[in-house]
Parts: sequence; structure tokens; C-alpha cells
Amino acid sequence: MGNTPIIELKNIYKSFGETEVLTDFNLEVGEKEFITLLGPSGCGKTTILRIVGGFEKPDRGSVIFQGEDITDVPPNKREINTVFQKYALFPHMNVQDNIAFGLKISGKTDQYIKDKIQYALKLVNLDGYETRSIQSLSGGQQQRIAMARAIVNEPKVLLLDEPLGALDLKLRQDMEYELIRLNNELGITFIYVTHDQEEALTMSDKVVVMNMGYIQQMGTPEEIYNEPENAFVADFIGDSNIIDGVMEEDRLVRICGEKWPCVDEGFGSRKPVDVVIRPEDIIIREPGKGKLDGEVIHNVFIGVHYEMEILAGGFTWLAQNTTNFKVGSRVSIDVTPSNIQIMHKPQSIEEEAMEIDA
Amino acid sequence: MTLKKQSLWSAPFIIWILIGTIVPLLAICYYGFTTRDGNWTFNNIIAIGKAEHARALWLAIALAISSTFLCFVLAYPIALILKASKLGEKGFIVFLFILPMWMNFLLRTMAWQVILEKGGLINSMIAGAGLPDLEIINTPWAVILGMVYDFLPFMILPIYNTLIKIDNQIIEAAYDLGASWFTVNLKVILPLCIPGIASGVTMVFVPSLTTFVISNMLGGGKINLIGNIIEQEFTTSANWNLGSGLSLVMMVFIVVSMMFLSKLDKNKEGNFI
Repeated sequence: MGNTPIIELKNIYKSFGETEVLTDFNLEVGEKEFITLLGPSGCGKTTILRIVGGFEKPDRGSVIFQGEDITDVPPNKREINTVFQKYALFPHMNVQDNIAFGLKISGKTDQYIKDKIQYALKLVNLDGYETRSIQSLSGGQQQRIAMARAIVNEPKVLLLDEPLGALDLKLRQDMEYELIRLNNELGITFIYVTHDQEEALTMSDKVVVMNMGYIQQMGTPEEIYNEPENAFVADFIGDSNIIDGVMEEDRLVRICGEKWPCVDEGFGSRKPVDVVIRPEDIIIREPGKGKLDGEVIHNVFIGVHYEMEILAGGFTWLAQNTTNFKVGSRVSIDVTPSNIQIMHKPQSIEEEAMEIDA
Repeated sequence: MTLKKQSLWSAPFIIWILIGTIVPLLAICYYGFTTRDGNWTFNNIIAIGKAEHARALWLAIALAISSTFLCFVLAYPIALILKASKLGEKGFIVFLFILPMWMNFLLRTMAWQVILEKGGLINSMIAGAGLPDLEIINTPWAVILGMVYDFLPFMILPIYNTLIKIDNQIIEAAYDLGASWFTVNLKVILPLCIPGIASGVTMVFVPSLTTFVISNMLGGGKINLIGNIIEQEFTTSANWNLGSGLSLVMMVFIVVSMMFLSKLDKNKEGNFI
């Protein structure tokens, strides 16, 4: 996304009491981008969103919106709208009054407001719901009304704080596609906060993985998934086998007593590393025909494939395969060199949480 | 637990209701609809139309409405301030407002008597400044003042309780959509407070309407409210029948206004009937 940033966070510091949530946090968000802040609860992602929205003031640092410093601008003066986690619809107003709230404040004509409500309800597939009360709507419908209420104001940036958290799986998947469509149709920048890696990978142009207030990795969903930069990212994004290994030399790593060819270079020789192998990248062969022999100790059918645990070389490997290998059967595992991901071992917890510039 | 055992547990409660509510109510009805000789009559009810009684009723309504309105005007901002005060000692501040409620109601009213009377605190201060005496005691203003002072906590508490239950995200959403502080208060916070306001109004209006102690002490016998009339019928005139009849009229009046108010109080913030 090489376009000009619409929002820049510069050297943001924020503490709540004794707890330091953000330390020298920097982020750029490009125009019309769908960017997702992904991380476990307490990683600071919601705090960032609230700072952009104007609900929290950073202790230090500045928020730049289209080149202008808006750090001290209150939320009602920002061209940014938020879809809140619990939707936060006004319970004493019906659907159309909720949607019209922002438009009435900005002094739009009645006709404009009416047209806009119609347009917004069509956009979220709820036309005909104008006079319904909020209490009569399901969670998914309330969520879409909250979206409609935010987008009618034509904000430059839309902030979404785990808006799908309360919905069931099917509805969540439908809403994911709806959000992608809205982002494409409206040309609004979306900043999305979630702890759900699937949501992040499905919808985003750019994913920012966070832990303990630091950016762990920033990149496209493919980059994050295929080339995690550290064990935290690998572990947080999907299931992974994270194994202790020793880098023998360039393109050769020792795991579980075996030497495996890989594609990574520049780690030095005889250096301990973390090795990440995705479960779907583990090839299962007949005994003796792979790299490591072992035994299937667990097997669950989860729909698309079988998820198996294979004890081989003193490590329990998580593997996915469409072929069913029964528990107790002898197998051999192998991995193609390009699917072996080598990562530096963090020296300390500090370093584990430290920002790694993308 | 079986249903039978459960109903056994509620027996003391039922007996209490019987003795404390049903029996006295029936007694009032009996007295209200009979003459001193025990004959049936509607005269005690119709007596509300007598000029003296009607005047007392209208004055009582006028003073109760004024004091309820004043209580609201004072209580709403106080509740807002209480909510906004992030001193971590919220409990303590709320406690300060409730504290006077624990002091005897008669004592509190008597204190105002001392403050307002001719040679009282206020007039001696005014005299000290070289200004002419103020006639406050024994006027309707003194009675309203007493009502507001005595019943204000009953308005603050229910409003404060509804206020703190409003989801902060809803208020943030209003700001997010561009609303000013004033608009947020007028269009979002105030409407969401209506259940609390309704129960506060009930809790102030009813005791103000029926009080005779405040009007006796601060009105000096010059301010005759319907409560005073009823009290006098029971005491000085010893006419229990007329007193009961007028009480019944008041009760119907209050029940009707309660029904109107409870429509506003959808969340049953303070349902008394």
C-alpha cells in the first residue's frame, strides 16, 4: 500500500495508572486501506483505536490526520466514526432516528437525511426497518444498524472495535464479506480491532500483530501467515509447530536430531533458532520413507481434513491431512524446504515483546 | 422445595400485609363511607368540593408541583456531577447527600424554623447588613423550601442510579457522531434518565402533596394544605369519617398520577404500585 497515509501515530505513550500500555508506538494507515490490529486482550489494540477516535488522550506523542495534528481535537470534531463493540445504539430511538443522529447534528436537510437512511439501510441489507425499535433487532441486525449509523456521516476513517465479537459463526462470516464489500464500495479507511486471527486474515489489506503494546509484525495476511517473524506471531496466527532447532549453516537446520534442508540464510552457524512448520505443510509418508518415523497418537476429523498428532523424534507434531491415518499407525513425516520457517530466538521477555520494524 | 412449603414461608408476609395494609384500608373505607352514626353516605367524599377543602387541595398540588420541579432542577445536575466525579470516593460523596436523610425529619424541619424565623439566622444576617427584615417564615415559600430540603435526596438517588447504569459507550457514540456536550445531554442522557426521573418525581411529589408537618412548622398555621385539613379532622375535630373520606379522595388522586408516571418508568426503576 504505497499511498499517502491518512492517519499517522507518532511516538505514542499511554499508561493507565501504573500499567504502561503503549510505549513509543508508531503506525501509519494508508488511505482506503483495511487495516487490522490483531492481538490478545490487553495488547493495547483497543487503546490505539480509542486514541484515534479521540476517547483517550495519549500521555505523549501525536495523532496526525491528513497531515494535521488532531491529538487535542475532541471526538465530536473528528471526521472519524466508530462502530462500538457492543454496538451502542441509542435504545430510546428507533432505527431511522439512530441513523439520522449524526446527520441531524450536521444540519442536513430532511430530504437528504431520508435518502441517506434509505441508502444506508439498503447497503446493510435492512431496508424496510426504518421504524423498528432497537430492542426488536437481533445482534447481527443491531450490528449492521451501528454500521449504517456510522457510514451515513461519510467519515474519512471508520474505526471498528471487535464489532463481530458477539455474533455466531455463520453470521460472523456473512458480516466479514459484507465489511469487505463496504470497504470496497465506500472507499473509506477501515481500522479494525480484533483478537480473532481468522477475521484479520479474511478481511484485511494489512494486518498489525500486536503483543504487550508492541508491534510484532506488520504485513499482508499472506506475509503474516506464511512468514511469521517470531514465535509469538506464528503461535497467534493459526496452529503451528514451533520447535527448538539449531542452524547448522545457511540453508540447513537441525531439528529433532535430523538435518533438514531449508531456504533461510544469514542466521550464522550453530545458532539456536525457533523453527515454525504449519500443520498443513507436514507430509505424511509410509514408515522409513520420510525424514522422521513416528506414531499417530491422536486423530480428530474437523470437517475439511483430519487433524492428527504424531509423536516423532521426541516431539508431538500437529499435522493436517485429507487422508485418514488411524491412531497407532506407524508413519513417517517430511517437510519441503520452503515450508520450514526459521526465526531468531528471543534472548529475553523484553526482546520478545520488543518492536520489530517491518 | 415444594410449592406448599414455599407458600408456608410467605405466611408471615401475608399476615403482615393483612394487618398493616388491608385492615387499615378497609377501616378507612368504612369510616369514609359512613356517618358518625354508622349510616352509609357519600357526603365525606363530596366534601372535597367545599371551598375550604378545595382551596387546600389546590394549594397542596401547587406547592407539591413547585417543590418537585425545584427538586428536579437541583437533583439532575447534582446527579450528573456525582457521576462525573472520578474521585474514587464516589460512595462517600453519595453518602454525604444521603446523610441528612438519616437525621430525624422533624429535627431537620425545625432547624429551618430557627433559620427562617423573625429573629432567626437569616434575618439577623440581613439586619447586620442594614437591610429591612425578610418575611420568609409562614409563607408558601418557606413550605416549598422545607419540602425541597427534606425530599431532595429522594430525587437525586433514583436519577443517579439510572445515570450510572447508562452504558458509557452510548454516550461516547453520541460524541463520536458529532454531538456537542449540550446535545448529548439533551438527546441522549436526559431521555435515558426518564425512568429515574419518573421515580424521583413520585418519591417527592407524593410526600409533598400529603405532608402536614412541614406546612405546620414552616407555615405557622397560616398555610393550610389538604394534609393539614385531614390531620385536623382526625385530631382537633375528631371527625374520623370526614378525615377518612378526604383521605380516600387523595388516595385515588395519587393512584391515578402514579399510573401516569409508571408508564414513563418502563424499567421499573422505582415501582411503588
